[in-house]
Amino acid sequence: MRVESLDALKKWKDNIPSPDTKTIRILACAGTSCLSSDSDLIIERLKEQIEKHSLDTKVELVRTGCVRLCGQGPLLLMEPEEITYVKVHLDDVDEIVEKHLLNGETVERLLYTDPKRNEIIKAAKNMDFYKKQKRIALLNCGSIDPWNIEHYVQNDGYEALATVLAENSPQDVVDIIKESGLRGRGGGGFSTGMKWGFTLQEKSDEKYMICNADEGDPGAFMDRSIIEGDPHALIEAMVIGGYATGAKEGLIYIRAEYATSIEPLRKAIEDAREYGFLGENIFNSGFDFDLEIKLGAGAFVCGEETALIHSMEGQRGEPSTKPPFPSQKGYRGKPSTVNNVETLANIPVILRKGAKWFSSIGTEESKGTKVFALAGNVRNIGLVEVPMGTTFREIVFEIGGGHPDGKDIKAIQIGGPSGGVITEEYFDTPIDYDSLDSIGAMMGSGGMIVMDEDSDMVEIAKFYLDFTQDESCGKCTPCRIGTKRMYEILERLTNMEGDPDDLERLRTLGENIQSSSLCGLGQSAPNPVLSTMEYFAEEYEAYAYRTKKTKYSVDPEKCIGCTKCKRVCPTDCISGDVRQAHTIDESECIACGACYDVCPKDAIIKP
Amino acid sequence: MKLIDKMINCTVNGMEITVEKGTSVLDAAAKAGVHIPTLCHLNLHDLNAVNQSANCRVCVVEDDNSGRLVPSCSQEVYDGMKIETDSMKAVMGRRTSLELLLSNHPQDCLTCVKNLDCELQSLAHEMNIKEIHYQGEKMQHPIDTTSQAIHKDPNKCIMCRRCITMCNDVQTVGVLSPLKRGFDVVVATAFHMDMGDTSCTYCGQCVSVCPTGALAEMDASSKVWKRLNNPKKHVIVQVAPAVRVALGEEFGYDPGEISTGKVVSALRRLGFDTVFDTNFGADLTIVEEAKELVDRIEKDGPLPMLTSCCPAWVQFIEQQFPELLDVPSTCKSPQSMVGSLAKTYYAEQNNIDPEDITMVSIMPCIAKKAEAAREELSVEGHYNVDYVLTTRELARMIKEAAIDFNTLRDGTFDQLLGESTGAAAIFGTTGGVIEAASRTAYEMVTGKELKQVDFKDLRGIDGIREATIEMNGTKLRIGIAHELGNARKLLEEIRDGKSHFDAIEIMACPGGCIGGGGQPYHHGDSNILKKRAESIYKIDLGTELRKSHENPMVKKVYKDFLGSPGSKRAKDLLHTTYSAKERI
Repeated sequence: MRVESLDALKKWKDNIPSPDTKTIRILACAGTSCLSSDSDLIIERLKEQIEKHSLDTKVELVRTGCVRLCGQGPLLLMEPEEITYVKVHLDDVDEIVEKHLLNGETVERLLYTDPKRNEIIKAAKNMDFYKKQKRIALLNCGSIDPWNIEHYVQNDGYEALATVLAENSPQDVVDIIKESGLRGRGGGGFSTGMKWGFTLQEKSDEKYMICNADEGDPGAFMDRSIIEGDPHALIEAMVIGGYATGAKEGLIYIRAEYATSIEPLRKAIEDAREYGFLGENIFNSGFDFDLEIKLGAGAFVCGEETALIHSMEGQRGEPSTKPPFPSQKGYRGKPSTVNNVETLANIPVILRKGAKWFSSIGTEESKGTKVFALAGNVRNIGLVEVPMGTTFREIVFEIGGGHPDGKDIKAIQIGGPSGGVITEEYFDTPIDYDSLDSIGAMMGSGGMIVMDEDSDMVEIAKFYLDFTQDESCGKCTPCRIGTKRMYEILERLTNMEGDPDDLERLRTLGENIQSSSLCGLGQSAPNPVLSTMEYFAEEYEAYAYRTKKTKYSVDPEKCIGCTKCKRVCPTDCISGDVRQAHTIDESECIACGACYDVCPKDAIIKP
Repeated sequence: MKLIDKMINCTVNGMEITVEKGTSVLDAAAKAGVHIPTLCHLNLHDLNAVNQSANCRVCVVEDDNSGRLVPSCSQEVYDGMKIETDSMKAVMGRRTSLELLLSNHPQDCLTCVKNLDCELQSLAHEMNIKEIHYQGEKMQHPIDTTSQAIHKDPNKCIMCRRCITMCNDVQTVGVLSPLKRGFDVVVATAFHMDMGDTSCTYCGQCVSVCPTGALAEMDASSKVWKRLNNPKKHVIVQVAPAVRVALGEEFGYDPGEISTGKVVSALRRLGFDTVFDTNFGADLTIVEEAKELVDRIEKDGPLPMLTSCCPAWVQFIEQQFPELLDVPSTCKSPQSMVGSLAKTYYAEQNNIDPEDITMVSIMPCIAKKAEAAREELSVEGHYNVDYVLTTRELARMIKEAAIDFNTLRDGTFDQLLGESTGAAAIFGTTGGVIEAASRTAYEMVTGKELKQVDFKDLRGIDGIREATIEMNGTKLRIGIAHELGNARKLLEEIRDGKSHFDAIEIMACPGGCIGGGGQPYHHGDSNILKKRAESIYKIDLGTELRKSHENPMVKKVYKDFLGSPGSKRAKDLLHTTYSAKERI
């Protein structure tokens, strides 16, 4: 069935039956995180049980994309009451069916308990995690069935495209996006409208609209969640982008390991073709556009747009010098626009609600929202979409619920391997592109890792550098050899084999790699090291001067000689008589921390 | 567009200059008299070999407007650009990259084949590197000596990728590419195959542009020394046309300086018993080839006939165009013809047992080493040519023997295979073989004397050239290509029936043999190649006889030994066969 006009689209939308208020709609999260906790088995079991009890007419089971509170998954949202079950196990399914579906009771034990107030919260919307969030990019994520185009249409899907094709010139669209203030969510933060404008200006028989779905930052998964949860939003945005820039072909570059994203995306593309949202003469406008999925081999550097283009061309995934920019000479040498998934997910919403609405959200120079992948030493792990300008403190302590054990939070790492750390003095900084830049960090794709007082910042920097030196394409000298040398210095330091000169060497090398590398990967690779060196110099010095304490010891003033530590020590290196202060033989200590955990008097001193 | 619209202003270290739009920062700086060090950058201008992937980062300079470092080789100047080449940031950026490269380099300069001829070494000197601040793990890759021609030591590679540009873009052979990533990246063959098992043509253009000792020729000098010191062996040497216009560079002469007489004397001083001239073989090749061409024209094909003296080109057609193996001339190359006659005709005339003869060639070419080892060019295990030395290896031997090249008196080649014409001389440059062949073919076809021997239409530097020569009303359509990428284009057109030629000359190297992989390093200066080519034509012009068939010693060898051109004996000794080779 081809949809030929906006009216036809609206007619179709009106004819799609809304869920009856009497039916129970189960939104079962099948995001990657929940899938890894067997949510697919849970969904299967629910289906069987629904059939078995002939509940088909009373219950609608929807397999959704990511519901965001990943740390509490697998999640089931029971509509219309919005009762949310967390950490659901396969064994819990029968009870949910029995009590909730058949008897209308709530399974209390599967409800979320707010750890701060120790109070049970039934509906997700009342959880602190969700309260401060604002969804634009993740609008339909977790609320609709990504495999069902009707769900997208029901949520105003493809209306922006129909309207744009009927009413706006490509230049109009570029102007609207410019006015909205949308900036690239993939890292650089460049104005999306300007980018589109550059490609539109170019005269060429062929142009390409490219979606960068090569999400590579460790810990970041907003792009895959969007594709998994709301693939039609991406498709609609790509068609609009193609129209605005003059491209008739679109390419989505996605890493092959994102199998759970590729499947619904393929289905969505097929459906979009069937309804005429892709293909020839879309909405009878005379505009043709189609999409192709290009699978990548999962190299981090292929997130860099020139490397991505080379990879799509079948070449080695390596960046090349800009200019020429992709808007001038991109895929197959033709003008191309490369936008990241999250950036594109904003497009249909902006066009539906208007540039003014969008630019009313956020800060002076950074508009709209940003999705962060919150992880690390924080209570609520998951995806967080908040307006630009939200502070770190709000995200980590209010949305994230702070440290799970109440420990001090020492730093927040933002921007993944290209980013830097934020220390407590900056926790109240409103997050946007420019504020992050001014404090030596960067937005990156939005990975946000919380680190507590026990974290070793040198080890963390080393971890990131290990990643980047491994993922370097090896093309330019500073990145190829320089990051390796930085990593070697860090290894020397953490092995207690370094010396004070290593610190200056590390800093100088890092600064030169930043300034002289060819692409963004190399230019930003030293960031995790340089920023931790700036804020946690003493940790580096402890290694460099070899004063770093690596073993546990006992504070004799506090020790009451209870012998608890002595009993748990796996290497028997704790000695001391009852009611006498104990001592640890540091040469035998393996720093397992068992003594620390059992000491009732805080008498064990950590390294 | 008016010239004024094409010009833009910029400053280099505060000096205001005006340059054309599209000028690189490197060229703009040169215009202002400011030298910027480079390493990976290579531009052979007219020869269309350009490597400016900006990967070494040794040429970075500061763009004062943005405060960013930009690679001067690939960054174009924009209007109002303020270039600082000597800011602390720029100097430190360049220095760090160089130190990093050195930190991953064996630093065995004293015993390296490139000692004193290495661009990395020169750069370390130029940039006053006295200490390498970053030390750590170094690459550990196996050295590849599996081909008869190219010695590949990846541990000396600095990933400039010039070799890849030559192998992929210029020659379209595609044997070398970067494998793996990060610190482990290495320029290698597909699946790390041995070089000897790949479709490498051994053209040696990778070697000729390698800034370090990562790629070099397989050195045969120690084997040759052994033969020279064996009194039982009669060691004969021959010298290719392009060697005499290049060897002098190794001894401080200007590029292109002709040193034929000194080369001969130096070879005698090294202990060679007989010094022959490959140019004699070139004349002989022309006579045989012209005969073959005339025959093929008269017998309706197969046409076109392609020249066959370039061994890299022969490898290329055998591997890449197995369906076209009937088009190359069956003539052996001049080096093989000389080798073949030395071990038969010369041996017979001088009562020497061919078993005792060692034939050594001095060639501008690395592929000649592989050619010499071809089964087809041997008789019962005796190869026409036993050892091939490149121009560079000869220079090293002369230095090793403490011969003062500059004070040597001019010597002359020995007979019977030492006489040559101007037509043979021009074999060393693109277009030369076909011009020499045309001079002889003309007289063969028309029976008339050719007055104007200079076929200027056939000369030049364009990658693919075409010309028509009229002979007795018949128009001979001639094509010329140098560099294998151009050869490929021409061959594809022939294969697809889009182009029709009667005769085609192909040389694998830029500019022909003067730009061969075994020549003294040009270090990216294409003017050196031009100078060598000019000298080649100078030799031709200064030679009394300029048509191969007029070579009296060639006439003599036919009279005494071979009979007539194309005779049974000539076919046996001077012609060869080709076979398809499927390789990746």
